[in-house]
Amino acid sequence: MPLDNAPEGKRKFNVVGTRPLRPDGIDKVTGRAKFGADASAPGQLVGRILRSPHAHAIIRKIDTSKAEKLPGVKAVITRDDFPDHTGGSGGLYDTLCNVMAREKAFYEGHAVAAVAATSASIARQALKLIKVDYEVLPHVTDVDEAMKPGAPLLHKDMFTDGVDPKPKKPSNIARRFEFGHGDVEAGFKKADIIVERSFKTEAAHQGYIEPHAALASMGPDGSAELWCCTQGHYMVRDVCSQLLGIDIARLRVTQSEIGGGFGGKTTVFIEPVALALARKANRPVKVVMTREEVFKASGPTASTSIDIKIGVTKDGLITAADGVFRYQGGPFQGCSPAEFGAMSAFAQFHLDNVRAVAYDVVCNRPKTISYRAPGAPMANFAVESVIEELAHKLGMEPIDFRIKNAAREGTKSSYGPVYGPIGLGATLEAAKNHPHFKAPLGPNQGRGMAAGFWFNFGGQSCVTLNIPVDGSITVSVGSPDIGGSRAAMCMMVAEEMGIPYDHVRAIIADTSALGYNDVTDGSRTTFATGMACILAARDAIKKLCARAAATWGIPEDAVKWENGYAKPAGPNAGDFAPLSLKEIAEASPGTGGPIAGHHEFSADGAGVSFATHICDVEVDPETGRSSIVRYTVIQDAGKAVHPSYVEGQFQGGAVQGIGWALNEEYIYGKDGRLQNAGFLDYRIPVCSDLPMIDTQILEIPNPGHPYGVRGVGETSIVPPLAAIANAVANATGVRFTQIPLSPPRVLKGIEEAKKAGGRKAA
Amino acid sequence: MSGITVNTKINGDPVEFICEADETLLDVLRNRLGLTGAKEGCSTGDCGACSVTVDGRLTCSCLVLGAEAEGRDIGTIEGMAQGEHLHPLQSKFLEHAALQCGICTPGFLVAAKSLLDKNPDPTETEIRFGLAGNLCRCTGYDKIVRAVQDAAKEMRSAKAKSAKTKTAAKKRA
Amino acid sequence: MAKVVLWGSLRPHTGGKAEVEIEARNVQELLARLGDSYPGLQSQIKRGVSVSIDGLIYREGWLQPLKPDSEVFLLPRMTGG
Ligand code: FES
Ligand code: FES
Repeated sequence: MPLDNAPEGKRKFNVVGTRPLRPDGIDKVTGRAKFGADASAPGQLVGRILRSPHAHAIIRKIDTSKAEKLPGVKAVITRDDFPDHTGGSGGLYDTLCNVMAREKAFYEGHAVAAVAATSASIARQALKLIKVDYEVLPHVTDVDEAMKPGAPLLHKDMFTDGVDPKPKKPSNIARRFEFGHGDVEAGFKKADIIVERSFKTEAAHQGYIEPHAALASMGPDGSAELWCCTQGHYMVRDVCSQLLGIDIARLRVTQSEIGGGFGGKTTVFIEPVALALARKANRPVKVVMTREEVFKASGPTASTSIDIKIGVTKDGLITAADGVFRYQGGPFQGCSPAEFGAMSAFAQFHLDNVRAVAYDVVCNRPKTISYRAPGAPMANFAVESVIEELAHKLGMEPIDFRIKNAAREGTKSSYGPVYGPIGLGATLEAAKNHPHFKAPLGPNQGRGMAAGFWFNFGGQSCVTLNIPVDGSITVSVGSPDIGGSRAAMCMMVAEEMGIPYDHVRAIIADTSALGYNDVTDGSRTTFATGMACILAARDAIKKLCARAAATWGIPEDAVKWENGYAKPAGPNAGDFAPLSLKEIAEASPGTGGPIAGHHEFSADGAGVSFATHICDVEVDPETGRSSIVRYTVIQDAGKAVHPSYVEGQFQGGAVQGIGWALNEEYIYGKDGRLQNAGFLDYRIPVCSDLPMIDTQILEIPNPGHPYGVRGVGETSIVPPLAAIANAVANATGVRFTQIPLSPPRVLKGIEEAKKAGGRKAA
Repeated sequence: MSGITVNTKINGDPVEFICEADETLLDVLRNRLGLTGAKEGCSTGDCGACSVTVDGRLTCSCLVLGAEAEGRDIGTIEGMAQGEHLHPLQSKFLEHAALQCGICTPGFLVAAKSLLDKNPDPTETEIRFGLAGNLCRCTGYDKIVRAVQDAAKEMRSAKAKSAKTKTAAKKRA
Repeated sequence: MAKVVLWGSLRPHTGGKAEVEIEARNVQELLARLGDSYPGLQSQIKRGVSVSIDGLIYREGWLQPLKPDSEVFLLPRMTGG
């Protein structure tokens, strides 16, 4: 849908752009809001899951007889309770295998059985009574190791797709992708300076504070209800019914308040298990993951190994950029975001010659799932590190080097299409003019920056808007609200209807109330569901005008809507006193019944998004500990609907990136077991680790949205890894090529550089 | 399994409950008493989502046994607002958009209140260290710190005002 | 005829061609004809693709109309966090 702005002047907003209180706020500050684990049902049982202690093993036999006999145990399920309704291949089959292991356990923490019992302690005892006969196999958890010939094979039938000719031997490389244009070899020939480096990034977990939780009930007739915390309850409904072999219409899913997701709640884990237990026990069953289970069996994102080569002329023009991106996505093909890493890696540059090759690799690690701008932060870390190094070699200010080579309107992007109006240049210029950029640095401090890109999506949304007789409005949307989107929905409806914000109330409807709504991901909710709200409001306005027209006895098109009133469209339409929304609503029982607006569609035209981050890091030369002293996020929001929540997305994404850059990582032992499955050892940033995160919102309208809105949720996690690595390099004189930049790694790098006598790469 | 009978006070009200020996206070609050405002983020004392006060001391309720509540005074998020009046911290969290998903919010509010009870005029650093036991994955903490600063300011000026009216009243008398 | 640009690793299926011309009124028709002309592409099309038409990304706009001179890029199916 095109932008509303007339070319002569910008549209004026009354509600959009203000900062009202969120509609669900009081419940959230008083403890009343109901999250996943906060619901219970009469007669509910406690469900718990038995998980594989091995990284890779054939499951020969599962003996549940002892557990079944334990008093208080009402159901025990294994793979046998999940007959394959998926056709035995494809993504849905992989989801089935992940939810409950079939022939093999592919990672430590892979579910192999589950019980439902009358108490938590009985359920725990029952798990101990289940005997699983494993044949332990060799395993592999590192992406480079997994790609080597002779590595332990996860699937005997995996032949790399996307290479010519098709390989004759199976491997752990599921697929190869290639993107780009021009001729990189020719480009490198024109270069005066070439930098080539290899990088590694460790897996990070989305780290939402709310563990997965589900409360299921299911009768023997296949009618089922499910309450759970998810980014998409329609997705949960469709996937669960397919896995359990029931009609979609039989399963009603209600989404709880969701305690964070960041991509990690865009698939199912325990939901089908809870349903299968409930079916077998014929009683409601509640399953809640422990934090350890969250780390071992949900999330995380891919770990990677990346090579980057970029060439420039003496005067700072990039002649060619080339990259190889190896991402492991856990045991199933198609789960790592390798292709998005490769597509986004060079997207911020105007390049004549570019090539990005990606490998999707399988490993004995949990099945990865999206994490905010999936695949992009790691690729950005590698590319923007090389960019910074090139700028130093050229003797150019890194910001000027970036501006000189920045993608702009008309640039053929590294992943193919040509850009329309984009905000990258504006964020770079704003960074250059930001006071942060010129502020003096203290001892042991360095400044770094990076620019990042993310696609943003639209997708399916369905919205219903009802107008009760007092002229207030309820909006039912099907997109779970993770970060205040209900406020944004109310604001857009209020804007359209011309009424105050607090006359509008938004709720998230369950799956029986609305048509399909895509998962809240890809920064789509405020963009796509918001657009559906705008269009539903316009639909309601049409109906309100029709009622006014009928009341006045004039044609419908002789009525217009202005600031909450129906008015005759012009002097010829007749002389009638305007009718307010409230008056029309009040009269509605007698003028044709209730008034409602709808819109359902698949939104497209989500504009791509760019951000530039600047950060100052102080590195303690004694311990190698890096602290963030100052941080600034500059990002294009198209149009910020609720600026406080836009800032919140910028700040939250930046801090997740800071955690990933400095501390967060999945650490595996030689036995293939995760060694830090808890918040004590998997250290996410706490309040005292951080300064304030400054933000600057730029508004370069997205031509694909009536208000110019762009998604803002994801891009903010893309630049921090590189910005911090660049700052640490500038503080220490050592270029680190592996994250996280944990104190031991940094200390080692500094000491080695001292021995070697100067600047080097670690 | 034999239950233990526990007599305690929650948000000022006397409460009696029966729990098992290995049940945490968090389990009791959530599963037996229907007080689900305290959240379980980790059950190992690392996230602060389960924060309550025990005799005025900030405590992770996942690290305390239900039986240990005997004779104590427990404060939870449910007791923070007075009737329909939100605590200044609650209002400021809303005003500053200091929550996104809100799962960490009850814990932060309980911890922040306990911080301001002890130190009504904390510096930014004191706030940051005072809240370091609470994890928030959504906000990056910026808006949380600002909300606490603003609430502290409002609480101080309210206190100063009431002190003034008190002295004025005394003078008149 | 719409111009369809394929990402690099799909090119083996089109005899090495980076761009092919397809006569189609909308995306659905385009994908069907693409699969008919180059059967090697079918597995990827089945797995899911998104397209960009004249610079705008469509995650699943199958009925999106194509102009005779549209430039269409095939992209892996988009997901997000
Ligand atoms: S649940 Fe108690 S500290 Fe996390
Ligand atoms: S608001 Fe989501 S964890 Fe704090």
